[in-house]
Amino acid sequence: MSDAALAIADLNAVSDRDGEAILRGVSLTVERGETRGLVGESGAGKSTIGKAILGILPRAVRVTSGEVLFEGQDLLKAPAALRRRLIGERIALIPQDPMTALNPGRRIEGQLTDGLRLWRDLSAGAAREAALKLLDEVQIRDPERVLRSFPHELSGGMRQRVLIAAAFALEPKLIVADEPTTALDVTVQKQILRLIRAMQSAHGTSVLFVTHDLGVVAQICDRVTLLFGGRVVEEGRTADLLQAPRHPYTRALLEACPRYDQPCAGLRPIPEQIIATLRAEIAA
Amino acid sequence: MSGDLLVARDIEVVFGGRGHWLGRTREPVKALHGVTVRIGRGETVGIVGESGSGKTTLGRALLRLIDVAGGSIAFAGRDITQLSEAEMRPLRRRMQLIFQDPMASLNPRRVIRRIVAEPMLFHGVAKDEADAEAKARAIFARFSLPLACLDRYPHELSGGQRQRVGIARVALLAPDFVLADEIVSGLDVSTQAQALNLLKDLSRDLGLSMAFISHDLSVIRAVCDRVYVLRSGRVVEEGACEDIFAAPKHEYTRALMDAIPLPRIDRDWLRRTAADVAA
Repeated sequence: MSDAALAIADLNAVSDRDGEAILRGVSLTVERGETRGLVGESGAGKSTIGKAILGILPRAVRVTSGEVLFEGQDLLKAPAALRRRLIGERIALIPQDPMTALNPGRRIEGQLTDGLRLWRDLSAGAAREAALKLLDEVQIRDPERVLRSFPHELSGGMRQRVLIAAAFALEPKLIVADEPTTALDVTVQKQILRLIRAMQSAHGTSVLFVTHDLGVVAQICDRVTLLFGGRVVEEGRTADLLQAPRHPYTRALLEACPRYDQPCAGLRPIPEQIIATLRAEIAA
Repeated sequence: MSGDLLVARDIEVVFGGRGHWLGRTREPVKALHGVTVRIGRGETVGIVGESGSGKTTLGRALLRLIDVAGGSIAFAGRDITQLSEAEMRPLRRRMQLIFQDPMASLNPRRVIRRIVAEPMLFHGVAKDEADAEAKARAIFARFSLPLACLDRYPHELSGGQRQRVGIARVALLAPDFVLADEIVSGLDVSTQAQALNLLKDLSRDLGLSMAFISHDLSVIRAVCDRVYVLRSGRVVEEGACEDIFAAPKHEYTRALMDAIPLPRIDRDWLRRTAADVAA
């Protein structure tokens, strides 16, 4: 347990607007070097957990109890300076939308070297060298040109590669990947998933992979936590969860996925009964 | 081919190329290089491709929302390629479009009642307001949409409800042909399954012909009879879904299929590249 890269214990959060619970006693761990999937449909609370870790919750969301343990510190209670160092240097984010995550008015070079110059105290030249190496590592063929480019001059896949390079720049211990391939074409998505996997293995980074796509989970996550209505429904090794789901909701969710490898026998939406039972359980 | 409702032959679409009013000229870009598509009566045809493949452009050309530079489009046996806007108008009710993002396509400042009633009144499908109201209520019941939604604004509905309103609005006009452009790409799988089943029932009950544009072959397989695979403005493969999914012939189709992550353990998937799939 103590070996975990990240341990979230009994996390509760409410919306300040209507007092409704957003997270209900969520516990999960990300072990060293593993990719932990965090999956659920919209409103399940998966993004809220990612944001709670990074301390970027919207103002209307308040954490009421629980802890987020990282390197022996509770990120929720750590003093601001320490939190800034832990989150800024030791935890990185790969965001969903590579267009809005990059500043449209700055060249890639500045955006990629900010962290290196701030935390590593590198000179502009040394930071540039490091940035070139990073771009090479994420298989960008023409790193010099990319450094000079503005975000709009790059394709979606290229921008996502730049963001992956930026995430790994400071050799973080944990990366929160928030739906990093949702906005991409499937063939590009596959390249990016392969790249994240390769970078993670090479650097020994732990990854919390937030996604709505059980297919992506199947291909990249070692273990997975399935959420519904702010609560953990089921968790375990990815293979177990997919091949022998214990909870009826997990089973129903898997059956609702359209699959090109299965003949079109009509889709099975999640039965109302299962949702109603889950809601009742949560309310109790 | 009396069975075909919509036939588009050798469609070419070119963007740009005309002089800019500031004097600059842009190189014309050819978005479609001679695409031929047939959509039979009561048939649901999938059009699949990645960004830049021209799938949305093709959809727009089929509805005559953009002009074609070459080729012809026939609807219900009539050549509509050169019809003027006024000549197209009587056909508009019969050729409808369901949009990708209902949040963007439903007027945010109007209540749902007006959003669904107005097209019916405009096209004369409903005699008067009362008739439109009755029709709207009937379809809402059938689509499991609470009647209270009629008095709400689009932002007050859930994503799944909004998409069902978008489908209901089109279904009320009793069209012959519907173009559905990426209509489930923003939805959760559970709501996605609901919307797709609804669409399938509808096309069966109304004998609707449908062109279903998507980037997702899994979704295509769930609703379509036939599929066209588009790449860079050309059809690289076409055929019945059963055949294509059982044995894709073109390497691009194979790569597109293999790139979709399925919710099953496939230890080799991440390592496998398009070249491996082609081999």
